[in-house]
Amino acid sequence: MAMETLDSHVTTQEQANRTGAFGARLMRTVRGLFNNTLAVIASLIMVIPVYLVFVNALKTRIEASSMGVEFPTELQWQNFYTVIEKGKLLSAFGNSVLYAVTATLIGVTLSAMAAYVLARNRTRFNRAMYLLLIMGIAVPTNFVTLTKVMQLTQLINTQFGMIVLYSASVIPLNVFLFYAFIQTIPRELDEAAILDGCSPLRLFFSVIYPLLTPVLVTASVLNLLGIWNEFLLPLYYLNKTAHWPMTLAIYNFFGQFQSDWSLVSADIVLTILPVIVVYLLAQRFILSGLTTGAVKG
Amino acid sequence: MIRNKVYPFYFVGGALLLYVLFFVLPSVMGLYYAFTDWNSYSPEVNFIGLDNFALIFSSSQGYLRYISNTILFTFATIVTKTVIALGLAVLLTRGVRRLAHVHRMLIYLPAVLPMLAVSLIFKSILNPATGLLNESLRNVGLGFMAQKWLVDINWAMPSVIGVDTWKGIGYIMVILIAGIEAIPREYYEAAEIDGASGWQAFWRITIPLLMPVLAVVTVLNLLYGLKVFDVVFVLTKGGPGHATDTVYTIIFDEFSKGRYGVATALSSLLFVAMIGLGYFVIRFMHRDTEA
Repeated sequence: MAMETLDSHVTTQEQANRTGAFGARLMRTVRGLFNNTLAVIASLIMVIPVYLVFVNALKTRIEASSMGVEFPTELQWQNFYTVIEKGKLLSAFGNSVLYAVTATLIGVTLSAMAAYVLARNRTRFNRAMYLLLIMGIAVPTNFVTLTKVMQLTQLINTQFGMIVLYSASVIPLNVFLFYAFIQTIPRELDEAAILDGCSPLRLFFSVIYPLLTPVLVTASVLNLLGIWNEFLLPLYYLNKTAHWPMTLAIYNFFGQFQSDWSLVSADIVLTILPVIVVYLLAQRFILSGLTTGAVKG
Repeated sequence: MIRNKVYPFYFVGGALLLYVLFFVLPSVMGLYYAFTDWNSYSPEVNFIGLDNFALIFSSSQGYLRYISNTILFTFATIVTKTVIALGLAVLLTRGVRRLAHVHRMLIYLPAVLPMLAVSLIFKSILNPATGLLNESLRNVGLGFMAQKWLVDINWAMPSVIGVDTWKGIGYIMVILIAGIEAIPREYYEAAEIDGASGWQAFWRITIPLLMPVLAVVTVLNLLYGLKVFDVVFVLTKGGPGHATDTVYTIIFDEFSKGRYGVATALSSLLFVAMIGLGYFVIRFMHRDTEA
């Protein structure tokens, strides 16, 4: 049997060599060219809209009115200055950084601690708690009654309230990511540390936490980007301009200046530039976070 | 006994408290307020039985349409994103060697951008008079294909679906690529030796072995689609007419009008529907931690 397949394989190979070596090579080149062209077109379709805002941000109002792909005749750097001033972007930028950074720190730390205990001490109750927590990945938020909770806790329209909300919002995904990762850390480490007289807190923060670094980075980057890009929560719960993050500021800026695409583009550039930088630097971590759980099961 | 000391429950306390207070509690409260006339005009909240649901399910109101819009959007984006992303994933793993990772990086880029910014950019691109899309169509002699994308009642929904697809493909593609790379190379080599064409290898090897990943991707798209808000809100505000309104945009609308009871009823409906779906998600995503 094995010999037979081997033989037939050799003959087909020989035939191909004799009759169609040139044809086959031509075919392969054409197909390669076709595939590469397809890939380039796909990449262009994804990049052109992003490129559009970058060039139009540097045009005059008239030039940018059609949001074309041409380069600006003269670079209008002052557009950025104008939007920062008119769109009150300095405070919005500060707010976005404040929300994203603090909520990520809180969300990541609390989730890691929770996932650690839930993964290590698997009682029936803990298992139920784990499922309850990661249910949040799927289940929609009731924004209407959440308003009531925000009022009762006096958190509505406050920056602190926003931070707490964002921290809570990242918990389900974080717990899911950490829970899977913690299972790969040997339990013997815990035992050794306990025998050496470590308290649970010390054990977690000085032994386990450093070992979580890869997944901590992944979760942090995903949280930072997620919170930076979020639009719905501030739309519901912040009415003071001074508390607005970038997303809300640019949405309102658009409402006022929608006839001036050069300014709107400059505004968009300032919002997405930090995202693109983080993406380029932390690509590896973002991708590993996305594929956890989805693949390999 | 000892375990509870080494792994104390207060470690879980912080995360659990925040999550329960801000996400579980509102959902549970919603199940009560859905049966009330809670609104912004009067401080009184009265129990009104099924009135809110009667309103939502009556054919004279628009709600059924918003629900069907949401389902249509969800179904359409599941199909478009999965099909295109699968094509690109195969192309970048098997068709293209050179610069494959650069293509991957560029195609994934829109996925990390804020939906708000993406929607604003496409508001310009899809402008009927000056937008890049119609301009380009006219320049290459395909002017007859130019449409009033976001303004035309028949084109608004497909346009929104298109923009959402553009942003979403990269994410799905990356997951599918990871799935394809997990398939042992030997299978393809063996198939090639047996004289199978690339097309046959795709249908007989890639698709069957990718099924679990395709299922996960479908669930992710499903969960996203049912909760869609940003792209609709920014591109069309639910218009023209109510052609693109979805459950989440209408909840926001009712909320802004102060009709909290109806908004909560809608939210609770979605909640109950998605609890069921959530159960399946957990079963899917949880497989690998089971062992």
